[in-house]
Amino acid sequence: MVAIRPETATTSTLTLEVPDWPGHRAGQHVDVRLTAPDGYTTQRSYSIASATDSSTVDLTVQGVPDGEVSSYLVGVAMNGDQFELRGPIGGYFVWEPSAVDPVLLVAGGSGVVPLMAMIRTRAEAGSRVPFRLVYSVRDPDSAIYATELVRRVRDDRGLDVSYVYTRAAPPDHPYPPGRLDAARLAEAGWPAELTPLCYVCGPTGFVEAAADLLVAAGHPAERIRTERYG
Amino acid sequence: MSVISRGFSGRGRSDEKLPPGQYLTEDFPVLSAGPTPRVELDRWEFVITTESGQRHVWNWAQFQALPTEDVTVDLHCVTKWSKLGTSWRGVSLDTLLADVESAAEYAVAHSFGGYTTNVPVEDLTDGQAWIAFQYDDEPLPPEHGGPARLLVPHLYLWKSAKWVRGIQLLVQDEPGFWETAGYHNYGDPWREQRYWGD
Repeated sequence: MVAIRPETATTSTLTLEVPDWPGHRAGQHVDVRLTAPDGYTTQRSYSIASATDSSTVDLTVQGVPDGEVSSYLVGVAMNGDQFELRGPIGGYFVWEPSAVDPVLLVAGGSGVVPLMAMIRTRAEAGSRVPFRLVYSVRDPDSAIYATELVRRVRDDRGLDVSYVYTRAAPPDHPYPPGRLDAARLAEAGWPAELTPLCYVCGPTGFVEAAADLLVAAGHPAERIRTERYG
Repeated sequence: MSVISRGFSGRGRSDEKLPPGQYLTEDFPVLSAGPTPRVELDRWEFVITTESGQRHVWNWAQFQALPTEDVTVDLHCVTKWSKLGTSWRGVSLDTLLADVESAAEYAVAHSFGGYTTNVPVEDLTDGQAWIAFQYDDEPLPPEHGGPARLLVPHLYLWKSAKWVRGIQLLVQDEPGFWETAGYHNYGDPWREQRYWGD
């Protein structure tokens, strides 16, 4: 590990230098394995946040209170520490910069991480494919990558980001706090006629609800790719 | 050779019932690649197709009339969680295959929604696999694969196809959805066969 930077109160990005990293595709994950001095090992999967052409690998990890691996990664790990990685893994929840269809990204909480890898990869590759991110968070302070997203939207006419605040919205936000619903998705997403490729990532309940909304809005199931956690 | 993680002591020393690399969960996490299909029971059908093209078809009522088995099994998901002692009711594949004439060694399960997964026939027979339609005495919820899912608990859980609608018997192996996307062709949790090359 060569760097760690906090993203929110509970979430940090770890930058890893990986010897012989074969490169990855946007949306893939790695398995991180920790080993205790007595030989006990445990492993978890984490999405890669960095663009595909990056020489280092960024993992953005949300520490969960009883998370055996996440609480170590965001609370104990320091620069110079070594982890065992397996990956990159996953060949379905990926976006290729050669694709030309508009893309709708729907994120719940830390589900934004693999979607951020797609946003960064699109920018690095110079792709002009229109991207829209609909990002559901509890409150403004829970939004990961908020500053970077503001900058990217300002500099890039092909990228649009809309927030859905479930508990507390900032004063200038046009909607009261509430869950993602059909109206917000219709406004912030793409109509089904444009046949966008949809990527939905977040906690199970969020992904179930968001994917159901997309199906109800006419998006074919085979154009909706999901990744659930927790 | 493992790298010792500085300052890591870990919590759960693994239960001896857990395969390598798995941790215990009390929840029942959901993993699927797309939206959850909603399958109406009056449109539900389960079809076994043999290598010679013969079709054996059950509608929901015919399927429900078959003898059922109650099983308590451990589940092991490739994403590392294991859940022990889960209770299911289903129809054994031995029952469904009893009158099916086939010498095929391979099978592919097909699901509503288009998911596929391959399992050797010898892993579907001899009391090892069921088409399950109840979980914990309740109808199987859609997000866990209802109305009915394949249950092959001795393999990683992606082999237990949710929303199953049929099994195709084949003379040659045909890798399914995850098996062509980087995941192991067989998926034995006790040999930690997670990915290609394991």
